[in-house]
Amino acid sequence: MKKLLGSCALVAIMMATAGVAVARDQIKVTGSSTVFPYSQAAAEEYANKTGKPAPVVESVGTGGGFKAFCGGVGEDFADITGASRAIKESEVKLCADNGVTDITEALIGYDGLSIAVSRGNAAEWSLTEEQIFKALASELPDGKGGFVANPNQMWSDIDPALPATKIVAFGPPPTSGTRDAFVELVMHDGCKGLPGMADLKKADEKKWTEVCSRMRQDGPFVEAGENDNLIVQRLEADANSVGIFGYSFLYENSDKLKDVKINGVAATPETIADGSYPVARPLFFYVKNAHRDVIPGMKEFLEEYMSDAALGPDGYMAERGLTPLAPEKLQEAQKAVLEGKKFGS
Amino acid sequence: MSVTASSDLNVGVPAINWQSDDMKSRRKRRYAADRRLQAYGLVAIIFALGFLAILISSLVYTGNSAFTQSVATIEIDLSTADIDRTKLADADWRGVVRGALRAQLPGLSRSDERKYFEMFTSSGQFIVRDAVVADPSRLDGKSTFVIPLADPFDQLAKGQVNRDTPESQRRVTDQQIGMFDQLVGKGIISRPFNWALFFNADSRFPELAGLAGAISGSFWSLLVCFVISFPVGIAAAIYLEEFAPKNKLTDLIEVNINNLAAVPSVVFGLLGLAVFLGWFGMPRSAPIVGGLVLSLMTLPTLIIVTRVSLKSVPSSIREAALGVGASKHEAIFHHILPLAMPTIMTGAIISLARALGESAPLLLIGMNAFITSPPDGVFEASTALPTQIFMWADSPERGFVARTSAAILVLLGFLVLMNGIAIFLRQRFERRW
Repeated sequence: MKKLLGSCALVAIMMATAGVAVARDQIKVTGSSTVFPYSQAAAEEYANKTGKPAPVVESVGTGGGFKAFCGGVGEDFADITGASRAIKESEVKLCADNGVTDITEALIGYDGLSIAVSRGNAAEWSLTEEQIFKALASELPDGKGGFVANPNQMWSDIDPALPATKIVAFGPPPTSGTRDAFVELVMHDGCKGLPGMADLKKADEKKWTEVCSRMRQDGPFVEAGENDNLIVQRLEADANSVGIFGYSFLYENSDKLKDVKINGVAATPETIADGSYPVARPLFFYVKNAHRDVIPGMKEFLEEYMSDAALGPDGYMAERGLTPLAPEKLQEAQKAVLEGKKFGS
Repeated sequence: MSVTASSDLNVGVPAINWQSDDMKSRRKRRYAADRRLQAYGLVAIIFALGFLAILISSLVYTGNSAFTQSVATIEIDLSTADIDRTKLADADWRGVVRGALRAQLPGLSRSDERKYFEMFTSSGQFIVRDAVVADPSRLDGKSTFVIPLADPFDQLAKGQVNRDTPESQRRVTDQQIGMFDQLVGKGIISRPFNWALFFNADSRFPELAGLAGAISGSFWSLLVCFVISFPVGIAAAIYLEEFAPKNKLTDLIEVNINNLAAVPSVVFGLLGLAVFLGWFGMPRSAPIVGGLVLSLMTLPTLIIVTRVSLKSVPSSIREAALGVGASKHEAIFHHILPLAMPTIMTGAIISLARALGESAPLLLIGMNAFITSPPDGVFEASTALPTQIFMWADSPERGFVARTSAAILVLLGFLVLMNGIAIFLRQRFERRW
């Protein structure tokens, strides 16, 4: 018994000293769950090609990523953070307050949000943003300056041309970057055109944002959690429901799901890249330049991430559902990252 | 005779006619109540077992396909290839692999070739490179290499792609299915057991992804957890049981230990995030922190189990030891603790099994990162089994659906193994008085 305890303690001490002797030799990447699969791809290729320790890639959300990234300079803080939107003023300030003043922004491509239904659904789906807003908003303007609780229960209540089935939409919860993007890109656009909303925006922008952002909570909109695979399964089970998720899930499950056109445009890599598909957002990552020469392998990792083999039109990130940048924009982004162009300059 | 005997006993009470209809029906009702109770119990057990059966069979149904992996077995003659033997890692392995694949289906146009190469895992070059670096004698002649098929074609081989759906609705084109069938016809496609599931670390490609990182991460975490919670738990229990005076303070400590055992594990995760990562600046995602957090979680349970098993050693043994002149620590370490040890070990293994299945605290300290190499020690970032399941469940690739279920089955396997060891220890070594 004594021997067992003794050897356990010995092992523990040996491991402890062995670990302390080596400083961090792994690159740390954190940030958005949307950028996560692309950072994963770059990390794996980098580790395979160079044989160096594999970078640690975490998915904590865009906001959480900036919090970790802007915490300071040093081994304990992340080197790179992914973001499904550009960095905010407040985050630039947070970074600066903690001594992280020199960062580089890298635009890597676009992500389309898609709305999809099961292939078991016979109808051809095409919705306008206004129709989506009318189906999923919590309150609608009543035309007299006030608001009423959303009365629409069937798609045909909104427009007789739409199917006479109950509105059931599975979507991401408020903590998700996908939800933010959906609200901003679809709900706000759909809200704009409704009677009286333009005036309200001028008069009381806060109220406008609130009304245009709030999703209904009386049943038809179901928050399905962060797991998009679960939404795919539920769509299969209920052919009359629609789901909202990142384009990569539609792409991977194209045998089970079909696209719902938005404003008459289908989600394809082409329409997302040329901007005609209305629900697409840019994806970024941010690099802490102070870590470039300190953390081993940063240069090679960034080269891998920004390479044509990764981000180009036939790159392995496009294979994972990223909509690539136009060639000139890609060159610009590659140059900015490899030269360490300071953000804001 | 019996009637008179009973009337003798119940003096003054009128004799009961046990054969009367009234008594018969009462007896019948009581027997029926017995049978009903038995039936309720049986139904409850069937209900519970039914759910277990549904769980396991759904896991096996979705997960079984992940235990095999479609591969292409290809012979490559490396003696003719242009490879600089002093710089093996830098040779053009991509060209070597593509050349070998090309030889299987010669005469394809460039665009067809692209479609053809899509059928194989894009990391084939690294598999060949690593195999040759590990065994340079392979350079001297023909040797066979096993290249996994890419996930969509693995699904096709497993019959999970319906060939009748229109071409635009699946990931594999008609042309690729044709090439796949040709390769099957040549007999180079096979579906062996998927050892990669156990010996590969995580990957973004389902065909290469495995649990090695997660299993070793869980191992290191549990080792740290055991090394800390086992001695501390025993020391605390011995003090409380053998030395502590009975007063308000020790009562308070006891109540608090019992309360701590009921605290949800996510709370310990938050504590670990604030204390171990925040104040002590320990590395994120590292098994050492995971182990510390898990040991906080298992300590109270372990203390309670140890105290109970110390208590169950008859006091006659303690008194006899003290009576022949043993000191208190001799009585504890020579007699009481060895007798209690089987029960303590059983308790420790069961708490470790619980710690193995715990995901919430590990998610908070970042053990759900994507890392393509298994950790070499407790300070290197890694995942654990439950967090790996969590991550795979969230991946869009189709192959991860089956792999998620397979990973759950592996985790369940480890839990069954640990509980089995606990039962064995109990049966084999436990003393009863």
